[in-house]
Amino acid sequence: MKTNILENSGADLATSLRIALVSLLLCGGIYPLIIFGFARFVFPESASGSLLRNQAGTVVGSRLICQAFSKPGYFWPRPSAVKYDASAAGGSNLSPAGPEVRQRAMQSVKDFGADPLRPLPADLAAASGSGLDPFITLRAALFQAPRVAGARGMVLSDVETQVRRHAAGRQTLLSNEGLVNVLALNMELDAMQKNKLAPRW
Amino acid sequence: MSILMLLLLLAVPVLLSWPLGRYMTEIMNPSARSGDGTVAILMTKAGGGMLNREQEWKGYLVSMLIFNAIMFVTVAIMLALQQWLPLNPDGKGPLEASLIFNTTASFVTNTNLQHYAGEVSMSYFSQLFALTWMQFVSAATGISCLAALSRALAGNRLVGNFYRDLLRSVLFILMPLSVLLALSLVIGGVPMTFDGSALAKTLEGATQTIARGPVAAMVAIKQLGTNGGGFFGPNSTHPFENPSFLTNYLECISIPLIAMASVWMFGRITGRMRHASVIFSVMLLLLVLKSGIAIYLESAPSMAFKGLPIEVMSNLEGKELRFGSGTAAVWAAVTTATSNGSVNCMHDSLNPLTGLVPLAGMWLNVIFGGVGVGFINMFIFIIVGVFICGMMVGRTPEYCARKVETHEMKLALLALLVHPLLILVGTAVFASTTWGAGTVLNKGAHGFSEILYEFSSAAANNGSGFEGLGDNTVPWNVATGLVMLLGRYIPIILPLAIAGSMAAKKPVPETTGTLRIDTPLFAVVILGSVLLIGALLFMPVAVLGPVADYLSTSIQ
Repeated sequence: MKTNILENSGADLATSLRIALVSLLLCGGIYPLIIFGFARFVFPESASGSLLRNQAGTVVGSRLICQAFSKPGYFWPRPSAVKYDASAAGGSNLSPAGPEVRQRAMQSVKDFGADPLRPLPADLAAASGSGLDPFITLRAALFQAPRVAGARGMVLSDVETQVRRHAAGRQTLLSNEGLVNVLALNMELDAMQKNKLAPRW
Repeated sequence: MSILMLLLLLAVPVLLSWPLGRYMTEIMNPSARSGDGTVAILMTKAGGGMLNREQEWKGYLVSMLIFNAIMFVTVAIMLALQQWLPLNPDGKGPLEASLIFNTTASFVTNTNLQHYAGEVSMSYFSQLFALTWMQFVSAATGISCLAALSRALAGNRLVGNFYRDLLRSVLFILMPLSVLLALSLVIGGVPMTFDGSALAKTLEGATQTIARGPVAAMVAIKQLGTNGGGFFGPNSTHPFENPSFLTNYLECISIPLIAMASVWMFGRITGRMRHASVIFSVMLLLLVLKSGIAIYLESAPSMAFKGLPIEVMSNLEGKELRFGSGTAAVWAAVTTATSNGSVNCMHDSLNPLTGLVPLAGMWLNVIFGGVGVGFINMFIFIIVGVFICGMMVGRTPEYCARKVETHEMKLALLALLVHPLLILVGTAVFASTTWGAGTVLNKGAHGFSEILYEFSSAAANNGSGFEGLGDNTVPWNVATGLVMLLGRYIPIILPLAIAGSMAAKKPVPETTGTLRIDTPLFAVVILGSVLLIGALLFMPVAVLGPVADYLSTSIQ
């Protein structure tokens, strides 16, 4: 039996259009609205991007998104291939065996003042995938603690205590490394000093 | 630690795939008693009377192609008009024509290759109505076609109704799972807002623009439907797409889930569960191998740090710390075994040899593969394997109680060769002209790998990339757009033609001389076919790309 497979093409076209419209409204409209409704009313903070505010109520950043730090009194984040641009994120996409990464790592070694006796934790030399990694390892934070304490005129052990406090609780069964949220830690240090006296730098 | 992580990342989806496979079968092939419920009536109301018509394989394919053509046109129009459409709080401008073609082809074909960065170029309207919609219906197209193939191999000349299958997969398989995952992601901290970018005044007094949007909804279906197209440029490395260890876990186990369950659905519809478990084992073995190799290779430190005063740690370039060690390697293996293509680390910055792992996955494209279509690809290897065995013992080969003859073999070989042809020809042309050579970021063999990866990803409908490549150019957009379309539809049309032609034959009784397809021996046959054919086709380019890259950087 020979039948023309296109004999129903008119009906096919009409049905396709109807199914397309139904699925479009469902997947592009109703589904996101359900998720949005839940997020908006049950988790309003994270729904709008986990934004952090200072005491005056101004948005200073997002708990999940790294920002640039270059002053010695702040902990510095991992290198970012996009200069911490949270409106156009991205990694370096460079080969980890290539000369460009080596160049950049040498610069990091210099900036952080590392030497063979006090080698740089590797996360401070490697750019993150998003360029916005909000964390550094506990070791990378402790490595920077003397510089931060010095610049702020704080006792080193006080700074280290804060670092350890921030790293705690992030150690789960399977993520074996303590991690420190750079922005949260820096905000905390600012707040601590503001309550005592204005920062000396 | 990495081994425990590997176990948790792979064992859980394997376990979940069993009940899901049973559920999917019940949805796609409802047993008689649940057949004509209110749901069926509602679906007929939505879609029209054609939904009640059973189709032969040709009619099914025609419906599929017409629907996909409608998808293509609608998405292209929406993208082209985005600057005038609503839900555009950040005022995204118009998209360039070849980028619209590429993006449309990419999302219609379940590839999600992205030559744009979502937060830079796409309005919320485009993200939701054009791209998220596609992520549902392109995945549903794959599941539907596998259901049709399975029914044909079960001996049915009428293979179902495409529209009914599509609606069923969207409504009852993809939608509930996506809602579940999206809600979990929201709890885990993924944003879901229609507000525009947030402006922050940083601690050092600079201004930071923080892009956000309706992220959770899109991320859920991109993980579940083997789509992979993220809301943001760097995909699931972005803290808003993947904020924590836990969200990373959920997203990673979602990647292979439905593709794994598809194998069980095939087994149940054809009534050959033992055969399905043989195939499942072969796929799982390859996936475990891939993941293990990736973990091992990626635990090596960055070669570039050699001799510098830097602590020795596993390669961290392009990786996020919060996911824990080893998880990036497993994700890279899983996302390219299935045709997902989402990433939680930058594949371009994997260690030189590790880059071979995702490439190999896309070359074979049968290690669970895309939802539905992964098994359809494997079907071709099965036919070839059965044929080789038949030739060795001098019998007409049989599969699922039907003879496999010249007509089927011609189609199978054609289907088998399309994939390498698209990859190798494309790579050759672009590597030897400025179209490709002028767009790479890394020099030498690594740059060649960038070109090779792009074509492999397009042909395999994967969508991940060695993203250093400057691929938003007219030649790249047009070439990979065409490759994605050919790499999607030919490997669906030809296998369905084979299955349809087999279903039309008289069944042959299974005797002692019949090649058993449900034994460990058959697993070895399939494993051999996949590996030997894959190795023969792609060994030369593997050596030119990642292997040469490794040798040139490790021997100094």
